[in-house]
Amino acid sequence: MAASGTELIEIKGLHKSFGDNHVLRDIDFAVGEGEVVCLIGPSGSGKSTLLRCVNLLERPDGGAVIVRGENLADPDCHLDAARRHVGMVFQQFNLFPHLSVLENCTVAQKTVLGRKTAEADRIARANLERVGLTEKAAAYPAQISGGQQQRVAIARALSMDPMLMLFDEPTSALDPELVGDVLTVMRDLAEEGMTMLVVTHEMAFAREVADRVVFMDGGVVVEQGTPDNVIGNPRHERTRAFLRRVLDPTHALPA
Amino acid sequence: MSSATVIEERTALSPRRKARRNRILQYVVIAMLAVGAAASADWGQIAHVFLEPQLIRSAFADGLLSALVKTLEYTAGAFLIGLVAGTVLALMRLSPIGPYRWFAMAYIEFFRGLPAVIVFIAFSLLPLAFGGLIIPFDPYGVVWLALGIVAAAYMAETIRAGIQAVPRGQVEAARSLGMPAGLAMRKIVLPQAFRIILPPLTNELVLLVKDSSLVFIIGVSATGNELTGFGRELANTQSNLTPLVTAGLCYLIITLPLGFLARRLESSSVKAR
Ligand SMILES: Nc1ncnc2c1ncn2[C@@H]1O[C@H](COP(=O)(O)OP(=O)(O)OP(=O)(O)O)[C@@H](O)[C@H]1O
Ligand SMILES: [Mg+2]
Repeated sequence: MAASGTELIEIKGLHKSFGDNHVLRDIDFAVGEGEVVCLIGPSGSGKSTLLRCVNLLERPDGGAVIVRGENLADPDCHLDAARRHVGMVFQQFNLFPHLSVLENCTVAQKTVLGRKTAEADRIARANLERVGLTEKAAAYPAQISGGQQQRVAIARALSMDPMLMLFDEPTSALDPELVGDVLTVMRDLAEEGMTMLVVTHEMAFAREVADRVVFMDGGVVVEQGTPDNVIGNPRHERTRAFLRRVLDPTHALPA
Repeated sequence: MSSATVIEERTALSPRRKARRNRILQYVVIAMLAVGAAASADWGQIAHVFLEPQLIRSAFADGLLSALVKTLEYTAGAFLIGLVAGTVLALMRLSPIGPYRWFAMAYIEFFRGLPAVIVFIAFSLLPLAFGGLIIPFDPYGVVWLALGIVAAAYMAETIRAGIQAVPRGQVEAARSLGMPAGLAMRKIVLPQAFRIILPPLTNELVLLVKDSSLVFIIGVSATGNELTGFGRELANTQSNLTPLVTAGLCYLIITLPLGFLARRLESSSVKAR
């Protein structure tokens, strides 16, 4: 299967079950180079699972996950090599607590990419500057706030020079006043042309930054399109019901 | 049932007073027992048998300190072997490859189920079974091996628990940065696992210090004597327990601070969470 040129990710006929729980049912979708795609949908709809299938943290039961022309779902694929080009940011940050902020950003550069310490440090510091945390380079994760930790996690991923960034609800574990800093970093990243696939409940962010919004429910893609269409003028009742709940939680009727 | 009886019951003794009365009673009984024991003991004889100053001095002259150093050397080497072999066993125990897992499980259950004394006796008889067998670094080699083989079984379980206590997200983060499984284990999981198990590992070190006393079963020469062997030999020749008591105190000098350290580490790691 060849890549169609500008598509960075192509997902074809993707299936995933956990036991009897059929979580992803025949997903087809693609992300083009430089595109910012936001994935929205109710809890349990399979957003995280889909995202985790893109770098094979979850092994699909069927279908193809083609990243830069390489099918990662192929058992003979060089997964570790492929993952170097795909950055991932987790809801719970998952910084390495035994390493300093700087070391968090250099450990994979040195061990995976074989960069020398001086070069790895330089690149790590440049990326820490991008997320506004140069002064925290020597701190340990436990010593900085959640918002700062998440920005370090972004810098850690960027230090590997990824072609593509995956975000799984990067602001859901944050105190409300810390959400803005992380979203600002992500917006800057999008403006620099990074290809991003973002699972999020931040509708304002999706509306403003996304090129395309994909609404998932029950393991299928229900609808997708520009933010104005999907969020502003949804065609499907399921999308409307979901948006009502998210945008106006206190007044939504019980589902 | 009238309210008067209730009041009456209440005025008798409040629960707090009752508890205090019980406590005082127990202190009185304990004090009486202690005084009775002290009065009936022959202190002169006790001091002579257990803590004869003259013999304490001669214990130092006869090499108490070198025995102490031997104990430390035996323990340190065995701990190192136990740590390395225990880590390997823990990784085998968690391996997706069946035979590794089975071997590790069998090893761990075998050596944890056996009295350490039996392992030591077996080691003392090894030269009989294998004529030409020479274990290097005599006498250290045998001692380290015998102690380390048993220690590895215990440490393997501790280390496995530590590895499993590292959150899954850590491995996922490492793998998503392109680290292969082995590298993620070495750079990310193991350092955190050892931090988690530092308190139980310290406790295992204490056990090992004491188990090093089993060395006398292997039958090392007098120059290889650690604290217990040293104290026992001297106590036999002098028909007095003082050397043994002195050796015992030396153990406490090692083990009490370690135990204290373990408890400190434990409470600080609880706080960190
Ligand atoms: N490792 C797993 N083992 C078993 N079931 C799982 C596992 N991961 C996810 N699931 C199940 O798959 C379904 C989809 O989960 P997923 O995390 O993808 O949903 P989500 O859309 O990300 O939801 P949320 O918004 O709550 O994060 C859920 O029913 C969940 O219970
Ligand atoms: Mg999720």
